[in-house]
Amino acid sequence: MNALYNPRLPLDGLTRRNFLRASGVVGATALLAGTAGCTWNDVTRAASQNPLPAGTPILVLVTMYGGNDWLNTVIPAADPAYHDARPGMSYAHDEVLALDSVSGLNPGLKNMSSLWSSKKLGIMRGVGYPNPDRSHFRSMDIWQTASPSSPLNTGWLGRWLDHASDQEPLLGLNIGPVLPVLAVGAQRTFAALSVKEPVTEPLSAVMAALGTPNSADTEAQRIVASSYAAVGRVRDDVVTHMSQVSLPDQVTDDGSLKSQLLTVAACIKLGAPTRCYTVSMGGFDTHAGEKATQQLLLTTVDTAITEFRKAMTDSPRASDVVLVAYSEFGRRVMANASEGTDHGTAGDVLIVSDRVKAGFHGDQPSLTDLDQGDLKASQDFRSLYAELLTSVLGADPTAVIGTGITASQVLV
Amino acid sequence: MRRAAFGVTGADVDRVGGGVEAWIDDALSPGADPGVDATPQPTFAAIPAVAANATQAQRQARNQAVNAQGDQLTLWWVTRMLAAHRPVVERLTFAWHNHWATSLTKVREADLMLLQNQLLRRQGLGSFTTLAKQMILDPALLIWLDAEKNTKAAPNENLARELMELFTLGVGGGYTEDDVKQSARALTGWRVAASGAVTNDAKRTDPGPETVLGVTDHFTPLTLLDTILADPSHPRYLATRWWHQLSSDDAPPDDLVTRLAASYVVGRDSTALIKAILVDPAFASAAGTLMTSPVEWVVGSMRTLAVPVTAANVQAGLAVLRRLGQVPFYPPNVSGWPSGASWSSSAAASTRAAAATKFASLGDISEVSNASATSRIDSVAHLLALDHFSDRTLTALALAKGNPAQLVATALISPDYLVV
Repeated sequence: MNALYNPRLPLDGLTRRNFLRASGVVGATALLAGTAGCTWNDVTRAASQNPLPAGTPILVLVTMYGGNDWLNTVIPAADPAYHDARPGMSYAHDEVLALDSVSGLNPGLKNMSSLWSSKKLGIMRGVGYPNPDRSHFRSMDIWQTASPSSPLNTGWLGRWLDHASDQEPLLGLNIGPVLPVLAVGAQRTFAALSVKEPVTEPLSAVMAALGTPNSADTEAQRIVASSYAAVGRVRDDVVTHMSQVSLPDQVTDDGSLKSQLLTVAACIKLGAPTRCYTVSMGGFDTHAGEKATQQLLLTTVDTAITEFRKAMTDSPRASDVVLVAYSEFGRRVMANASEGTDHGTAGDVLIVSDRVKAGFHGDQPSLTDLDQGDLKASQDFRSLYAELLTSVLGADPTAVIGTGITASQVLV
Repeated sequence: MRRAAFGVTGADVDRVGGGVEAWIDDALSPGADPGVDATPQPTFAAIPAVAANATQAQRQARNQAVNAQGDQLTLWWVTRMLAAHRPVVERLTFAWHNHWATSLTKVREADLMLLQNQLLRRQGLGSFTTLAKQMILDPALLIWLDAEKNTKAAPNENLARELMELFTLGVGGGYTEDDVKQSARALTGWRVAASGAVTNDAKRTDPGPETVLGVTDHFTPLTLLDTILADPSHPRYLATRWWHQLSSDDAPPDDLVTRLAASYVVGRDSTALIKAILVDPAFASAAGTLMTSPVEWVVGSMRTLAVPVTAANVQAGLAVLRRLGQVPFYPPNVSGWPSGASWSSSAAASTRAAAATKFASLGDISEVSNASATSRIDSVAHLLALDHFSDRTLTALALAKGNPAQLVATALISPDYLVV
């Protein structure tokens, strides 16, 4: 078992915030402050009052925490350098699910392989950024803030919200109560959806009273009080929206990627006014005994995406969805002696959509021309963000991620 | 006192006659503890490994036995936290567990986690150098960070990286990617036997030399630590991390870090650092900026209300910790538990309300029940060692005034109590 990273807890706790502060970022206290908790009933109400116009593109962003080993995900199985680098943990050419004459998918990604055949899968290769950082915490911050050179305390999707003219509170929706930094802007944050929250509790009147604002609060006290305000809303919802649409039975609060994506499917089908959903899964930090562990993780991802698409099949909005999966870095080309891999640099990004230009985008970096044992990135992740901002979220990328970045043209 | 200990009552505060410094000296000094004597640590029988050709049922049986020992260990520590008469020791040991965060999910063997716990308890005060040098060869940590598989043929960098990033220097602590790789070579060759014994295998050990932070040597794990701990980033990092553990979710200003680091660096003495934090004027002025973690809140509430330490009550407390997402020996990852606002979801709010109601029904709230109607709210403040309530909390308390148990529960979930 290599699950150093709990899938239910994005790496946004003590360590990341404190390190941001330690590195001199002012105002990082705001990162988790004011999290707008919301419930399924908030979603149903918003969907009936302000449904998303038909045909609006929708982004579903999947964060894979821990650093996925992309070389054992999109596998250059015909390249002898791959087998030389990974004795005991490489996949033979006839084991992989062929994509072209050189590469194939990990055997755990059976449904992704069908999506490839039906031209619904795009794969960006060699995605990274200059001067790669091999710390989970820093590298994930870099991907989520879209700022490789200096620490920032806002995420790229949070800044998208800051600049959006649509003031709908559910425009961005994170599945789960804890917001990753990518969903936090300077003025606005994503809403954080908790499903199947307890709706009755003792002390309900008391909790409503504790949820009222108090001007003398410290920041920490204000956050505690706002958590009670959210509980108060849950109770009101139960009273006034008893007959609302309920979530499908197979959706649980187990935090699995499948549950998260099925929740997203339910929101989209209901017409929630949300243009961007964020979900996540952890456990990809495979320093030892990687092959079996990672195949299991990838099977979990594969199943979750399949169930999501299955849930969407009868919806006219299915073709509006662009699903993107990324991780903070790929792993070292050379295996270590524990049949695992250490932290590396460039990796792939998976894009599943009716709207994707199917196939490979960008070149697989050479496995022999390396930078300190690691792949040299052939494209910058911000070019993908520019494409998603322009083509899915209808935003001007320069306001969000700066100038001089050319969109990657991966979508139709 | 509320920030440094687990569960302080007004009566405890009343007894502090000699000032805060004297209280700290007493709390940190060794001494007899009947609560510790009453909760001896468990002993774990070895669970034999299954044979290579074992059946599914045999494997399952072993897994169940391993899991049962893990449950027993967790239950023991929560019991100890509740029963100890010197709770500061347990509070600090838990903070060190968060610092060197190691999880049973991967280590699996309860006896190895118990060994690590003993080490953190024994060496959490005094020399950090000694603690670090024992931790670097601690079997549970070696398993957790794959170090037992780190060999000269292909170093595994997991331990080396987290040693610098999380345990000693911090991100941005001036070390380079090359320092991580060279340190990984210096940490090669260590193995953990089934018995838990840590041994060196010369054949798997890189003989060096390595260059780390500008120093070239044939490093051993111990000399490597001497070099890392001599780096100027280390005292500042440790001071900052402990400031967050004990005092505040807000970042310490530079001059405070400099002050704390100077107190620590003399003997690289954790006790000196902890005392420096607790007596610094900035500690008092940072009141109201630290969100209590679930362990602090559950253990603190149960101790304050003198909930009897029975197996059933401890299980009830542990069940709350599971729902709130903080179970000792199961940190989510090597960086430890989240802090601050992460503990404040609306789901957690409901869980805390139900738990506070339960604790108030199990505990001794006679100080409140016996108080006259007019002094009841003051009696709650005294019981929980709060010097005042905010206007908002007073409004909430007024709603529960007729019912002493509800009144106490309301105070336990108030921002005034949850934020220290």
